Parts: sequence; structure tokens; C-alpha cells
Amino acid sequence: MSDPVSAMSGATFAGLAKVEDSGLQGMITLRGDLASAVLQAAVKAATGAEVPVSGQVALSDQGGVAWMSPDELLLLVPYAEVDAKVSELSEALKGEHALAVNVSDARGVFRLSGEGAREVLGKVCPVDMSAEAFKPGQFRRTRMAQVAAAFWLDHDGVFHIVCFRSVAAYVFNLLSASAHPQSKVVVY
Amino acid sequence: MLILECPYCGVKAEETELAAGGEAHLKRFGPGSSDEEFHDYLFMRENPKGVHFERWRHANGCGKWFHAARCTMTLEVFGTYSAQTTEPPQEIKDKISEKRPDWTWRDIK
Ligand SMILES: [Zn+2]
Repeated sequence: MSDPVSAMSGATFAGLAKVEDSGLQGMITLRGDLASAVLQAAVKAATGAEVPVSGQVALSDQGGVAWMSPDELLLLVPYAEVDAKVSELSEALKGEHALAVNVSDARGVFRLSGEGAREVLGKVCPVDMSAEAFKPGQFRRTRMAQVAAAFWLDHDGVFHIVCFRSVAAYVFNLLSASAHPQSKVVVY
Repeated sequence: MLILECPYCGVKAEETELAAGGEAHLKRFGPGSSDEEFHDYLFMRENPKGVHFERWRHANGCGKWFHAARCTMTLEVFGTYSAQTTEPPQEIKDKISEKRPDWTWRDIK
């Protein structure tokens, strides 16, 4: 067995905000009818969280659920349990028009924390990052400079960023440049 | 800058989060149609200075296709609506009529 490593192997950068590779994160893409009671129960069983409304993430002790599109969720689960969770989901969703896939190793995940975090994101995403507009529990898929990315804000003021693994180095460098200590704009 | 609200996820997406998909409400002419109909389906497009209907995709977002009604001259957006329709809903047509009482587009008014 090969040793799994996260996209940026624990890299960190400290500037206006702290950028950190989040390490291994179990992630499951689930597509299906989000209004289905069977699907909602399966999601709750897998993550401990309810299916959120659009633009939101629902977090629990062991994971969470992010709203990706009208027929897609991103389930957050412990990395070690992801295969078991996919099997459980597939079993529970038999007969439903739904599909669960392990995408953990296809993604890069970062944490962005500290006072300048909103500004760091605001520089590279076309999103209103003011505290009134972007609140804890909100989830947004968008563009981070030249690549697609998604992020949410947890209840401790930490942003969590997800991107494709193939552009994880780009995103880490981008966030680090955006957090350069001499690049303060003081908008937020 | 053009900002369109995605009717599927509610995000007010700025142009760079979207991918343009060309003219809306094209009717496909395939096997069994005349050469002229097929030619027009492939090549003939509206190019108005004013009210226009377009397809857009929320590419850096929920990924869904949707429709937008806007003015090509002022960039004013009259509204966005579902992709699951062959013509603009009445509500969108009413909004356009409020601002541009004399508008027409193809055979729609
Ligand atoms: Zn959308």
C-alpha cells in the first residue's frame, strides 16, 4: 500500500493570514435528488449533518455537507472512513437515482485563518467578502484567480478552501502571494 | 461589468464566473428539414442593439445552464430564468415591456 499524502504535504505560509494545507480530508461527491427523504437520511447517517439549503454548509463533529448545485452535495468525512462511507451510502441509496464517489485524492484542501483572511480571498475571488455579506456557515463555489475553487467559513472564523488537486500548488502560491505581508489593502 | 443572478443557486455571479453560450431559444432543425431551415439553424443569429436573450452557464459555480434577458447596449439585465423552457416566461417579458415598451425579438414580443 502506498502512503496517502495531501496535495501540498502540510505546507504553510504566514502573512496577512495563515495559509495551511489541511492534510488528508475525506470527501464524497453525491449526486441525486436532494429533496428525497431516502437521500437525506443517508447523508445524515454518513456525516451527522442535515442536507443544507443552497449556498450553505452544514457542519457536524465528524464532518459536514456542502451544497454544490441543485443535484450535488460534497460530503466531508474522516479520510480513513471514506471507503466505508461510500459503501454505506451506495447501499442506502439503492433504487434511488443517485451516485456517490470518493473524490478525496482528487482535491487539495486548505485552511485560511487570521485577521487578513477575508482580504486575502477578496483579492482573488469575485465575491463580496465583507463580514455582513459572507457569514459563518456560508459556502461558495467560485473562481480563484484563474482556477475553479470553493470555500466555506466555519464557526471559528476559519475559511476552508477546496480546489482540484492538479492546481493545488497554484492555489497555495496564489493565497500566499495574496497574503504577502506588504500587500495590505484594508478593505474588510 | 455584467452581473447575472443564477436562477439555480441564487449567486449573483460576475461575468468571469460564467461562460457565454450564445443565443437562446434556438429551435433545432435536423433530419427531415429543408436545406434552408438547416442553414438558418446553424448560421443565422440575432445581433440586436437592445433587448436580447442568451444562454449562460454558471461555469465557476453550480455548473448549470440558464437563460438571461438583457440589453446589449446598456448591459441592463431584465432577468434570468430556467433553461427548461423554449421561450421567455411572461414575467420576464413583462419586465422588458416596462422598460422597453416597443421591444421585439425574432417572433417574440
Ligand atoms: Zn448557479
